[in-house]
Amino acid sequence: MNIYLQIFSTFAKIGAFTIGGGYAMIPIIQKEVVEKKGWIKEQDFLDVLAISQSAPGILAVNISIFLGYRLRGVKGSIVATLGSTLPSFTIILLIAMFFAGYQDNETVIKIFKGIRPVVVSLIAVPMINMAKKARLNIYTGALAVATALLVVFLKVSPLYILLVVGVVFTALTVGRKGK
Amino acid sequence: MIYAQLFFTFFVIGLFTFGGGYAMLSLIQNEVVVNHAWITAQEFTDMVAISQMTPGPIGINSATYVGYAVTGNIFGSLVATIAVSLPSFIIILLICRIYAKFKESNVFASLMKTLRPVVIGMIGAAAGILVTEENFIDWTSWVLFAGAFIASQWLKMNPILVIILGGFIGYFIY
Repeated sequence: MNIYLQIFSTFAKIGAFTIGGGYAMIPIIQKEVVEKKGWIKEQDFLDVLAISQSAPGILAVNISIFLGYRLRGVKGSIVATLGSTLPSFTIILLIAMFFAGYQDNETVIKIFKGIRPVVVSLIAVPMINMAKKARLNIYTGALAVATALLVVFLKVSPLYILLVVGVVFTALTVGRKGK
Repeated sequence: MIYAQLFFTFFVIGLFTFGGGYAMLSLIQNEVVVNHAWITAQEFTDMVAISQMTPGPIGINSATYVGYAVTGNIFGSLVATIAVSLPSFIIILLICRIYAKFKESNVFASLMKTLRPVVIGMIGAAAGILVTEENFIDWTSWVLFAGAFIASQWLKMNPILVIILGGFIGYFIY
């Protein structure tokens, strides 16, 4: 089979069968790309993963771009990303097109009334686990709380907070190197 | 020019996503619900529920959904989805070129570590902003909220199952 077709179908399979976002995809990508296809060695995969996690953007997209590039350059990265995103693009598009028609349906209204508070809870849970893992001290903890308060109550865009903290970090790092 | 706005908004979201899908939700919510008012908080909550039950990264799901909701056609979905992935292309391809150097310096990794408390606060805010009267209609909503928390955090129940159970209970009690 043509290599581009192989890349596309492998990543499409990964995209179609992982529910629950980027982190759920990692073991499946690993199985397909390292074990089954042997496209990349285990150690290299871990490097790809570390870099994809530290770069901004969608994790699954980052990994697809990176692995695609290592296989067949820029073309490979485009094909891999198309593969991993096309299934969710298609499914969500279909839902967006038809969900609008069901939004006034009595049954759908009842079901979503039950679902909404659950979703809020499901966003709070990973936050707590991340906070535990990050071992926040009094300063970083205060930064986290301040961010939440600024965004919720003063409607400050999180973009600005990321920018300010990022710039301060960079200034301090450059300053330290200068000494 | 709605398409240009959509493109720019999702490009910025893609560029500033440090720390995974939930952090991205906070950015998307702020831009799409608060700044542009393209969809309501309630619609946003429904979209998150749908994203969690369907395959694929939540960032792609959100871009596709919002793109369609805003423009009412497939082209909007396409613009938003390409825009949200484009910064990744630029950054990852750059990193690939300077791979060896990048591995040693690890600038992004330490920047990410510094930004982590902000990301945690952002996710907290994403949950906080969704505590609206539309999403929490009465005390039973809070019972569902607490139940989902226990099921997910302590019983380690699969999120999809928790959502399905929530929908099931909603159908019978409302």
